Amino acid sequence: MIHGFANPVRFQRLTNGLYPWCFAAMVLCLGIGLPWSLLFSPADYQQGESVRIMYVHVPSAWMALFTYLVIAACSAASLIWRHAVADIVAQAASPIGACFTALALATGALWGKPMWGAWWVWDARLTSVLVLFFLYLGHIALARAFDDPQRGARAAALLAVVGVVNLPIIKFSVDWWSTLHQPASIMKLSGPSIHSAMLWPLLLMILGFMFYFLTVLILRSQAGMLARRQRVLRLRQLGL
Amino acid sequence: MIPYVAVLRRDLRSSIRHGADTVIVLAFFVVTTVLFPLGVGPVAKTLATIAPGVIWVAALLATLLSLDRLFAADYEDGTIDLFVTSDNSLILVVVAKCLAHWLTTGLPLILLSPILATMLNLPASGYLMLALGLLIGTPVLTLIGAVGAALVLGARRGGAMIAVVVLPLYIPVLIFGVLSVDAVINAINPFPNILMLTAALLVGIVVAPPTAAFALRAVIH
Repeated sequence: MIHGFANPVRFQRLTNGLYPWCFAAMVLCLGIGLPWSLLFSPADYQQGESVRIMYVHVPSAWMALFTYLVIAACSAASLIWRHAVADIVAQAASPIGACFTALALATGALWGKPMWGAWWVWDARLTSVLVLFFLYLGHIALARAFDDPQRGARAAALLAVVGVVNLPIIKFSVDWWSTLHQPASIMKLSGPSIHSAMLWPLLLMILGFMFYFLTVLILRSQAGMLARRQRVLRLRQLGL
Repeated sequence: MIPYVAVLRRDLRSSIRHGADTVIVLAFFVVTTVLFPLGVGPVAKTLATIAPGVIWVAALLATLLSLDRLFAADYEDGTIDLFVTSDNSLILVVVAKCLAHWLTTGLPLILLSPILATMLNLPASGYLMLALGLLIGTPVLTLIGAVGAALVLGARRGGAMIAVVVLPLYIPVLIFGVLSVDAVINAINPFPNILMLTAALLVGIVVAPPTAAFALRAVIH
């Protein structure tokens, strides 16, 4: 099945079919989720209106991790099977992931100032997410640092796989160390410790961010594939 | 075993004959450290609090500076091709080269660190833990660095690129290294931090050489 997608034409056909659905789902989720979470959901009894930052902060942070997971999986596929499409998808995903991480850090700072009294604290969660941001930047830079794009793709793929060690550190940083950042409140065995009036709009926002990611990923992957085809054609024109 | 010992001896000999390589790294280590008292002011108490961090950061940057020596020369003159195509294990060649690199950068840095610690007014109780932490931590820096150095071979602006690639992975080593010294100075048990460093070293020994060897193979193909 994985090898089926290595065929660029089949990938193109599949993503062309998926694209309108992803786009529609994104518009639907964000169209309902944004007003619901930012206007109609209840204010927190302690945090007041500033709790609404959560509806952007949590989805961006989740997507920052999820995107890295996608990149790492694609990179592993490209290293193991020399899967050409996986390389393109990994490189298409990493700027999106970097943006999600930057958004998580920025909204976190905006939320931290009124709640903790500081834009930034050096606790384990914040530091490890900052490291994730640097890993994204390294991945983007390394992929573009070589004259031979193939070589850049392999180097970046290896770096992405090595960088996976950071993901469990981010996830469990709030449990392993006593951090100012609160521990998980949605994904836990005892059920979410957040009221359903806030949980539903939050889940809708997370879905909206997910479909946004898929929509942009499809666009960027197709653009990456066209860029590669253009490069091949140009080289052929030069008789190389 | 003999071919790997030969690689180790060759790297050691070439680094001794180009003595400047090690000396420059050590000079960088000292100069960077000396910048801090000049920058933050010579108040003994301030310096004592930042001393472990400053020395660790300087050691980290000095190692970073020396990483291009690991594979770059062999890449340029084609020796790497021979390593890759030979019947000997490329992984053990990488191990031998890392060992040579550590002996000519990490070890001298550790030997120099007490002098810098004195200049930064590090409390006496911290000296041993600083040296111990560096003893466990600098090999990790070399091992992670070997992966980075192999990845950026042939890249444009390789020097800046290796910093972007390697520094995020260095951060845990820095954190646990500094925490262990801070713990001793504040009379707290430092061993959890030392154990984390040791864990990083053990994982590094197992994971880094094959990864670097894989990256080197990718360069040649």
